[in-house]
Amino acid sequence: MAKKIDQNQVIKVAKLSRLDLTEDEVQEFTGQLSAILDYVEKMNELDTAGVEPLAHCLPVSNVLREDSAKESLGTEKVLANAPQRDDEFFKVPKILDDGSGA
Amino acid sequence: MSSDLHYKLIVGLEIHVQLCTKSKMFCGCAVEFGQKPNSRVCPVCLGMPGVLPVMNKQAFEYAVLVGLALNCEIAQFTKWDRKSYYYPDLPKNYQISQYDLPLSANGYIEIPLESGKTKNISIIRAHLEEDAGKNLHTAGNFSQVDLNRTGTPLLEIVTEPDMNSAAEVRALAVELQRMVRFLGVSEADMQKGHMRFEPNINLIITRDGTEYRTPIVEIKNLNSFRALERSVDYEQARQLDEFLENGVVMGMGNKTTRGWDDEKEITVLQREKEEAHDYRYFPDPDLVPVKMTPQWLSEIQGRLCELPIKRQLRYVDQYKLSDYDAGVLTADRSTSDLFDEAVKAGAEPKRLCNIITQTGLKIANEKGCSAGDLGLKAQSVANLAGMIEGGTISAGSAGQIFEAMVETGKEPEVLAEELNLIQKSDAGELEAIVDKVLADNPKAVDDVTGGGKKSKKARGFLLGQVMQKSKGQANPKVVSEILVKKLG
Repeated sequence: MAKKIDQNQVIKVAKLSRLDLTEDEVQEFTGQLSAILDYVEKMNELDTAGVEPLAHCLPVSNVLREDSAKESLGTEKVLANAPQRDDEFFKVPKILDDGSGA
Repeated sequence: MSSDLHYKLIVGLEIHVQLCTKSKMFCGCAVEFGQKPNSRVCPVCLGMPGVLPVMNKQAFEYAVLVGLALNCEIAQFTKWDRKSYYYPDLPKNYQISQYDLPLSANGYIEIPLESGKTKNISIIRAHLEEDAGKNLHTAGNFSQVDLNRTGTPLLEIVTEPDMNSAAEVRALAVELQRMVRFLGVSEADMQKGHMRFEPNINLIITRDGTEYRTPIVEIKNLNSFRALERSVDYEQARQLDEFLENGVVMGMGNKTTRGWDDEKEITVLQREKEEAHDYRYFPDPDLVPVKMTPQWLSEIQGRLCELPIKRQLRYVDQYKLSDYDAGVLTADRSTSDLFDEAVKAGAEPKRLCNIITQTGLKIANEKGCSAGDLGLKAQSVANLAGMIEGGTISAGSAGQIFEAMVETGKEPEVLAEELNLIQKSDAGELEAIVDKVLADNPKAVDDVTGGGKKSKKARGFLLGQVMQKSKGQANPKVVSEILVKKLG
């Protein structure tokens, strides 16, 4: 059997995903996620020795497009679903550090 | 307590280079600098549900081309991974990048050293990823987000920690800029943020025969050569001080991240949440892998050019130019191409180099372009060099003719005539002028023939008089010969 996921792992993943979970939800998801892991664990029953790792489920590669610029959406449409905007910008809570991962 | 202490600086570099494609990496939005905020954005950039990114072929080929120039192995099979992080500059909450199967790895770059020698710096990998948008923190108690830059193709290049001075780090950055420009894959304009650097720095300190390694520091997001060089220098001094003070050495989990304060010229510790590095990479199910075939690879290989560092070394070796001049000529491709073509057209390299690096670069600077983009034909420039070589014009008037060539597009032979700059080398004609000057200046003639200290000065005076009488058109070499003949 798979080692079940514990509550701390759920809390950590929730934090990384910027999700606020109630204690009940943590309980609930710990159970659910563990069940999912148990299910996925079934695959370990297969012998995969000598099988190439799969990078994609489709037997397709090299789907590429030519480098040509097309019309964008337009600023108004881009911002249409924004919870808040400031002129032509998205408006978000103040970011203190610029720790962008890119 | 006195102690025997010496240290060595160890630096590895991570560089992001923006590729100059017309459109973004996974959608058709235009890559354009300085546009209205959020005007180059589409549902793919926004990470809307149901959108499907499709890889830009040009971006991929540009990346492979750089990989080849960096002497890397090009992967036959490469794929795209999602790097998860939650930040407003990437609305889909992950960046498309390459994790375990980068498109190129295990190469090296040759960089010039101040000594005139070169050094090879190992390249761990070079892979493609998409850029994030921009957060602006200027206005009020909130931040603004502009997603125009989101999805712009970036090449991330990671070196081994093979650099041992701030000067070497700078040399690598400059060499890489020159390389990607030669290859035509990036404008590499620092002002526009086309190149960003993140050095990893520490010291190996030997004290009383024992070796210590200081904790590694990564400096984030440097966008100028100056900041790069200064910050490495600063860190070197800071880490040495810190070690002498507390003796802390490298250990698990004590790598830190620092930012560069451009005004104070210091690095500043950045607070970081530990789990921020938990990127949870996994293969992107929206994008299929790319397989490199031998034919495709050789097609891309065909687009490689002689790299600037190789050209620079060739100019020194083959044409006996100084390392400095060779560096100036190979700073950009069009100037270097102009030089190469003019040499092929028969120009004497040293002469040609002087014309291009002196007059050519002066005019180019005024016009804000490179000397190779002044619209001159290589053959015309070669002819100009030939006219100096043959004594038809003086080296001094070559500059004037060069300027006129740029302005009028006329050939140097025509301009030399028009501007009255053809040197008189006809001995008979010049002899008449010399005779007149000698007759008019008996005192100077006496001084020359009398020998001694005054002789050299008087000879110079007479030569000057002849030049003046000929309105500067006499060939000084021929005039000197006539003076020798007449006065000994």
